[in-house]
Amino acid sequence: MERYYQKDIECASPDQMRAIQNEKLVKQVRHVWENVPYYRKKMEDKGVTPDDIRSVDDLQKLPFLSKADLREAYPYGLLGKPLKECVRIQSTSGTTGKRVVAFYTQHDIDLWEDCCARAIMAAGGTDEDVCQVSYGYGLFTGGPGLNGGSHKVGCLTIPTSSGNTDRQIMFINDLQATILCCTPSYAAYLGERMKEMGMGPEDISLKAGIFGAEAWSEEMRRDIQKTLGIKAYDIYGLTELSGPGVAFECSEQAGMHVNEDHFLPEIIDPDTEEVLPPGSEGELVFTALDKEAFPMIRYRTRDICCLSREKCSCGRTLIKMQKPRGRSDDMLIIRGVNVFPSQIETVLLNQGYSANYQIIVDRVNSTDTLDVQVEMTPEMFTDNLGEINRRQKELVEGLRSMLGIRAKVTLVAPKTIARSEGKAVRVIDNRKI
Amino acid sequence: MAIKQISVFLENKPGKLDEMTKVLAESGITLRALSLAETKDFGIVRMIVDDVLGTSTVLKNHDFIFTLTPVVAVMVPDIVGGLNNVLGPLTAACVNLEYMYSTLAGEQSGNAYMILRVEDVEKTENALSAAGFRLADDGIR
Repeated sequence: MERYYQKDIECASPDQMRAIQNEKLVKQVRHVWENVPYYRKKMEDKGVTPDDIRSVDDLQKLPFLSKADLREAYPYGLLGKPLKECVRIQSTSGTTGKRVVAFYTQHDIDLWEDCCARAIMAAGGTDEDVCQVSYGYGLFTGGPGLNGGSHKVGCLTIPTSSGNTDRQIMFINDLQATILCCTPSYAAYLGERMKEMGMGPEDISLKAGIFGAEAWSEEMRRDIQKTLGIKAYDIYGLTELSGPGVAFECSEQAGMHVNEDHFLPEIIDPDTEEVLPPGSEGELVFTALDKEAFPMIRYRTRDICCLSREKCSCGRTLIKMQKPRGRSDDMLIIRGVNVFPSQIETVLLNQGYSANYQIIVDRVNSTDTLDVQVEMTPEMFTDNLGEINRRQKELVEGLRSMLGIRAKVTLVAPKTIARSEGKAVRVIDNRKI
Repeated sequence: MAIKQISVFLENKPGKLDEMTKVLAESGITLRALSLAETKDFGIVRMIVDDVLGTSTVLKNHDFIFTLTPVVAVMVPDIVGGLNNVLGPLTAACVNLEYMYSTLAGEQSGNAYMILRVEDVEKTENALSAAGFRLADDGIR
């Protein structure tokens, strides 16, 4: 039996949904006009006022927001509420040196957690379940989002956060967790570790997993489902919009339902910014319809995918998005963390290395690996091996504090990294996803 | 007088040392002594050559990364206990060795050279001279 957290919305008729979106959009545009001077200026530059926005059909008149806007307006420039009404921030791992810092009022947190609760119930969760949240807690949205959703559903929540694999397995085993939330690569790793410990699906009580924050393939889904004996559900989100739960998979496991009463999606041509007809593949753009503190309007996600209104067997009428095919810029997602080549470059240059570097990403034993190869320079070279090793360690440490994940550093000979005539080939991604 | 050792950065991959010795051979450079130190992904070749300036130019022209390091080269009779005789005076003078390697000083001479990398070159040289050892002051022949 299919379960819903907010059935009236999740299964609303197209007309009902349209009415909700129209009402919220009109209100939201006025809210932003009155409270976010940065966006108001963008509207003025385009000659648009709130009076021009009467329904979702007018959405195209509004200007876009991009990651560059977020950087420019950092940290408070896009704030839609006084700080005294904000209760939380969450943050990304940092883009080109500057993090995205997103603000939340209590209302914003509630709607975010509602979205996560919908995802958990779509994965079969109820108040009888034991939900282990093995996403990182802290600035990263994964842990706090699913934690909140799990509370709303009424699951017994185990906030293990990420890491300490053997302890994770102990909790799954001892407390008979039934739902696991983490990155897909970590789920695969947990499965492998359990196997090593002589445990199989029959030894544990897990029935479902909610996995997101990084790209994963159908092959990987099959593997995880088999090793853990569960059904694995995809979940999608961005810190800019709230976090996980912008879209979620249902029992059909074919595309993710977008919580379109909160996040209105569009697909555009990333080059011309033109809105594409239904079913086309293009860049996903979202308008957060009722977020107060960090109200994103027409935010360009850089994710390339397509939307579909086809009827779903789960009964939900929420529009579906396909798993994003890729990013339209150079951002990498490694172990669920956003990594930009420019961040790596910053650390290298700060520590006196050359700007001739290459980033090699791979997936070994279901875990993403990051290898930074950098050319040795006469200035950095010394006859003292210990000193070179010490500097190498310092670089690993510098990268970890910038990126939030561990990278391997390989020193290579000068001119061994291929030079390019145009844009340098900085990234070699060998992951087969 | 310390002599100059050339230390070259090499990737730890097949053929890398060969690449370097090839350009040196083509330029008529004679290697007098050589030692390899390696880590997982790179190594350092340390060598004493007959022509430091010439070698530096050749290496630079071929994009090798290197540095010059002062080392002490001491002549040691090629006999049982030869090295031990050298180390005694160094221990007495509290000299700490970072690394060392050796080479024969010509087949007929019956001597070997020990190349020593130390923190305090002067103290090392004084200790060895006082103990009657001959130090190479202008390369090794």
